[in-house]
Amino acid sequence: MSASLLNQIEYSASHLFAALVLLGSFALIYQRRMVGMFNAFAFQATALAAAAAWEAYVQAAPHLYVTAGLTFVLKAVVIPLALRRIVRKLDIHRSIEVVIGIGPTMLAGIALVVLATLLVLPVMPGVAAIAREELALALAVLLIGLLIMITRRNATSLVIGFMSMENGLILGVVGVAGMPLVVEVSIALAVLVAFIIFGLFLIRIRERFDSLDAHYLESFRGERR
Amino acid sequence: MIAIPTDPIAVILGLPLIAAAALATMPSHRMSSRVNVLAAFATLMACLQLFWHRPEPTDLLFIDDFNVYLVMLTAFVGFTSSIFSAGYIAHEVEIGRLAPLYLRFYSAMFQLLQFSMLLALVANNLGVLWVAVEAATLTTVVMVSLYRTREAIEAAWKYFILASVGISLALFGTILIYLAAQPAIGPGIAAMAWTEIMPRANQMAPELLNLAFVFLLVGYGTKVGLFPLHAWLPDAHSEGPTPISAVLSGLLLNVALYAVVRFKMLLAANGEALSPGPLMIAVGLASLIFAAVMLYRRRDIKRMFAYSSIEHMGIATFAFGMGGPLANFAGLLHMGMHSLTKSAIFFTVGHIAQVKGTQRMDDISGLTVSHPWLGWTFVIAVLAISGLPPFGLFMSEFLLVTSSFARAPALAILLVLGLLLGFAAMVMRVQSLAFGTPQGPTHGDTMRLKLSLIPILVHLGLVLVAGLWLPAPLVAWFQAVALMLG
Repeated sequence: MSASLLNQIEYSASHLFAALVLLGSFALIYQRRMVGMFNAFAFQATALAAAAAWEAYVQAAPHLYVTAGLTFVLKAVVIPLALRRIVRKLDIHRSIEVVIGIGPTMLAGIALVVLATLLVLPVMPGVAAIAREELALALAVLLIGLLIMITRRNATSLVIGFMSMENGLILGVVGVAGMPLVVEVSIALAVLVAFIIFGLFLIRIRERFDSLDAHYLESFRGERR
Repeated sequence: MIAIPTDPIAVILGLPLIAAAALATMPSHRMSSRVNVLAAFATLMACLQLFWHRPEPTDLLFIDDFNVYLVMLTAFVGFTSSIFSAGYIAHEVEIGRLAPLYLRFYSAMFQLLQFSMLLALVANNLGVLWVAVEAATLTTVVMVSLYRTREAIEAAWKYFILASVGISLALFGTILIYLAAQPAIGPGIAAMAWTEIMPRANQMAPELLNLAFVFLLVGYGTKVGLFPLHAWLPDAHSEGPTPISAVLSGLLLNVALYAVVRFKMLLAANGEALSPGPLMIAVGLASLIFAAVMLYRRRDIKRMFAYSSIEHMGIATFAFGMGGPLANFAGLLHMGMHSLTKSAIFFTVGHIAQVKGTQRMDDISGLTVSHPWLGWTFVIAVLAISGLPPFGLFMSEFLLVTSSFARAPALAILLVLGLLLGFAAMVMRVQSLAFGTPQGPTHGDTMRLKLSLIPILVHLGLVLVAGLWLPAPLVAWFQAVALMLG
């Protein structure tokens, strides 16, 4: 009895953390201001770090603590701080331009969660329920990240959308028991590199065009006249 | 050659890595160009070793009949590109388009790109494959933005965003494959190794494989430049330095396609999963026809050949989608021939853009009159890429068309339509570029055969020989691999 109760607690807590990450995605959609978006992103990263740490405990896989630590330090602390600094230094618009309004984007986000659930849940008969459900949530976070990238114009929110996609990936990786470490470390590294290059780009774009808006980029169709 | 008693794969991967580190510290561009060529040559020599000594597969790396071909091709085109790049860079420095610091960056990145492509090819582990493709993306992003013009930065940014999204989706697909392999093989690193999962493919859950393949096809397909995920490709090709366009088009697209084909093999081996063929046929055909139509309205010469790369990748994807010994044979041959021909074309285009000082096609004409060697090489290269006999691409396209006519006539008609559209566009363009009255500036000696034309002539020579006569052992080997691909 007590063993099954413990199992239930483990199971529910895993769900709780994964759901918090998903909540973070919706918080990201809801932001109208840059700083709010950074906060929401830091919240999501914290939830993700907690989810990873919990999985490390449940699966008795100490290497996942590394993933948790990396996620927390990098994504919950360093990156939001750095982004805030960039925004302040470059004096970028503090508001977020949207392609589609916040309400419809929210609805689209909910639709994506349903889609992810319908896609993932039926296809894994042999897989443990916990991994399956966590993966469904991970896919939802991934898709919402993509949605943010599509529906927000500013380059900075594009970057955040991309990083929240990566959060979904990490959630998926830690939920799968026994996934080799190679992948996790590489993701952390890749995000770091990606961020450095992104930052480089942001600064360069600012230098060249005096704007961080993606629609300036869209005007380019590459054909010289 | 000195027999070094080590793992040949370690040598092949180690050489570019060491060279990259060394090049990053080298201030003089003459020196670094030479080291670059030397390193590429040494890598090629190390690859030759694979013919008589094939190492045992490990958890992370392996060599089999399929990837050894692409490894050779990558090392070879990498070597010829490094020769071309030496001349190209010297000219760019001369006209002051490149600052010394960026140059140091450039040669180091060139070797890093070579390293990550080779790593992706020899990776036995799905995670390593993914990391390598991601690394290749990051290095090319840096290279595309090398000129720091507004267009170059925009192109690199677009490429970066699209490729990163694609790569993220591919990682999700990779996780799903691991999940499918885990029950059959058990947790741990073995469940991500090609050599472990391929023999046990039939024990994996088919539904999971289906879902995974969709993510992998979209993810790696973005890197192949398949329609409708091709948007990054023309910009990245036209704004970066030309040697990089050659490597991007000739090698990196192949590496991504290699990944897609590997996963296709996995699904085919499973038996119960959805057949990946129709999906690949659909995106392949769409890419072919879309690119062929887009060829007509190009003004920039490098962009035009970038669209032609989309077209040819579409053809190869179509071939692997059709499957079966004959179509797979055609697909393999097409990958190799396209790689050699397209890099030769970009080398030529690089020369043309440098002597004319422009990439705008309206400002270029009469090349055969003003620069006979360059002009005629260009004409021959364009004839080769548009699939005329007696060149190798004609062989592979002919094989593909005949084999698909026998099996799916309706698809074959669409294929032929796309091929003809592309062909006509090329012929139309080459006329105005190569013939007529020359216009624009004519730099340098125009009559002499320049040393830097030699890589182009070697590539075209190989493509010509392959079109006329393939050696019997090579044919036998191609057939064996085609059977393996299923």
